[in-house]
Amino acid sequence: MTERTDKTRATRRRFLAGAAGVAAAGVTAARADNAKSLAKNLPPNVADWSKSLGEGVGVRAYGTPSKFEKDVQRRTVGWLTATPESSVSFTPLHQLDGIITPNGLCFERHHGGIAEVDPNDYRLMLHGMVDKPLVFTLEDLKRLPRVNRVYFLECAANSGMEWRGAQLNGAQYTHGMVHCVQYTGVPLKLLLEQAGVKPNAKWLMVEGGDAAGMNRSLPLAKALDDCLIAYRMNGEMLRPEQGYPVRLVVPGWEGNLWIKWLRRIKVGDQPWYTREETSKYTDLLEDGKARQFTFVMDAKSVITSPSPQMPVHGKGFMVISGLAWSGRGKVSRVDVSLDGGRNWRTAKIDGPVFDKSCVRFYYEHEWTGEQLLLQSRAMDDSGYVQPSKDALRKIRGVNSIYHNNGIQTWAVKSDGEVENVEVG
Amino acid sequence: MSRSAKLALGCALLLSLAAPAFAQAKKETARQYGVGHAATPAQIAGWDIDVRADGQGLPPGKGSVKDGEKVYMDKCAACHGEFGESAGRWPQLAQGKGTLASHDPVKTVGSYYAHVSTVFDYVRRAMPFGDSQSLSNDELYAVVAYVLNLNDIVDDKFVLSKETWTKVKMPNEGGFFDDDREKTEKAFWNKNPCMKDCRGPVTITGRAGSLDVTPEDEKSKRRGVE
Ligand code: HEC
Repeated sequence: MTERTDKTRATRRRFLAGAAGVAAAGVTAARADNAKSLAKNLPPNVADWSKSLGEGVGVRAYGTPSKFEKDVQRRTVGWLTATPESSVSFTPLHQLDGIITPNGLCFERHHGGIAEVDPNDYRLMLHGMVDKPLVFTLEDLKRLPRVNRVYFLECAANSGMEWRGAQLNGAQYTHGMVHCVQYTGVPLKLLLEQAGVKPNAKWLMVEGGDAAGMNRSLPLAKALDDCLIAYRMNGEMLRPEQGYPVRLVVPGWEGNLWIKWLRRIKVGDQPWYTREETSKYTDLLEDGKARQFTFVMDAKSVITSPSPQMPVHGKGFMVISGLAWSGRGKVSRVDVSLDGGRNWRTAKIDGPVFDKSCVRFYYEHEWTGEQLLLQSRAMDDSGYVQPSKDALRKIRGVNSIYHNNGIQTWAVKSDGEVENVEVG
Repeated sequence: MSRSAKLALGCALLLSLAAPAFAQAKKETARQYGVGHAATPAQIAGWDIDVRADGQGLPPGKGSVKDGEKVYMDKCAACHGEFGESAGRWPQLAQGKGTLASHDPVKTVGSYYAHVSTVFDYVRRAMPFGDSQSLSNDELYAVVAYVLNLNDIVDDKFVLSKETWTKVKMPNEGGFFDDDREKTEKAFWNKNPCMKDCRGPVTITGRAGSLDVTPEDEKSKRRGVE
């Protein structure tokens, strides 16, 4: 998906040279935000909504956000892909807080569009090296014992456009291929036990029922450890974009393995080497050799506010807020730097800290209008420390597309505008 | 409990500890819920489309490069280009050999794929884009043979089938190795990362603003830090 970035970049650069003036005009207009209040709604006047009745119950049978929040949306980057059916939309991380991503804002990555599966016709087939090949209906799955777990899901290509330098101006675009929700589902181990796995089995092939028939090889040990056959997210049934009615949950591992619209699990004794684990989702290093089966998502963090889409309006007290996660365990600490990584202070983590989940961190700052080079650095309970982008590049070069968990830098300028920058 | 009974129990415990974890779980604790239905051979046959690197799962049938050219021109070339060079922004399927270590690696079936099964399994499930799982087995063998031929991996006379499968040698077969991050990136594990004066003066070396490839969104009002 991101291979073309460089070529496209050159053409876009040329194209946009002429458009710079237009973009700058847009920024000025948006900055006037605070002046938009209507005096008739402000004290000492009494606002309209305090005087007349609002809509009654039932009008909003399935509630949606306030009409004033319409700009909180998943967004796409048109030039990234050839077609929207095999493409990506990004979570608006900069507009969210806490650790849970609302269902309708979880980023999307499809390879054959959104399959609309009729739950009555949903079937999950489990076969291969098992004693009893089985087919489950959705009702079958819902009868089985289930668990609730909060996990982050990050696409291995998240931040993949940034290997060669700062490119996209916004946490939504640089880091928005991650979300974090509570799943309800059946442990995969329990399902495998129903079929009876043969003793020499080692790998599973997991496959989606969409038009891409997305398939990956999954080590049996991981399946038995913590994978879930999930049908709910944040309490309600999965959204179609997230694999309704059933998706695989592979905690801490790259999102591509979390097969949506899961239709088949085949048990075997070796990996399949599918397209998604060879042509894609392998990490090409400088010498032309590529790492394969790089499943785990290393510790990573990003400051979501301020960030390019979330500028600072005026001097004074502010809370620097961000998100951190690790596929190796719990986030144990997050440090923040205001000077591009010279000095670090430990941020406060607030809210629940779960295994292989997002955590929210805050750092308080009295801003006097000085230039800031904001960075955050996550650590996890395995002792892993999120590396700088240059440290990553030293080992991996710039061709690997996937698994870019390097430290992000935002430059806050004296006028409060924020830009995605590289520091050296 | 008698001495011998105790002994026997001890042995059983030892045995179960020595058995693989899964076998143990299966025998001792796995509860059967009686939920789910036996999958019939016919049901399985209809969905069982995966093909493994060792050829497991290959269907009967065969296809020549020559027949594949026709399938390809009809059903693939519009997106992937007559020579696999890509028509526009769709994935490129051919060329790119020798570029993997360069600044602009071009990953194709010829330059990057390590297994012929990968092409077969993928085309069988996902191509043509928008009309997946529509090719017959013979068409599949043929079009895969043709894509290999476009990459100079097989000659014009080649016929791909279960029998000729192992004759195909992929150029980048040895190009991959398993995840070694815990070894090669060991330095990233550090209980006490530097907190003060960790580096020299910091300069900005690149800016996203100077590229400006970020989608402009006029409708979205930008809000201040919360
Ligand atoms: C409508 C355009 C279109 C047509 C027609 C089409 N493809 Fe594709 N092809 C795609 C897209 C898009 C992808 C990438 C999909 C993704 O990654 O989600 C792709 C991917 C591939 C890949 C994998 C490329 C890689 O780098 O891993 C192969 C191989 C392939 N197609 C072969 C074929 C063959 C053979 C046919 C004809 C039978 C065909 N395609 C027809 C659009 C098309």
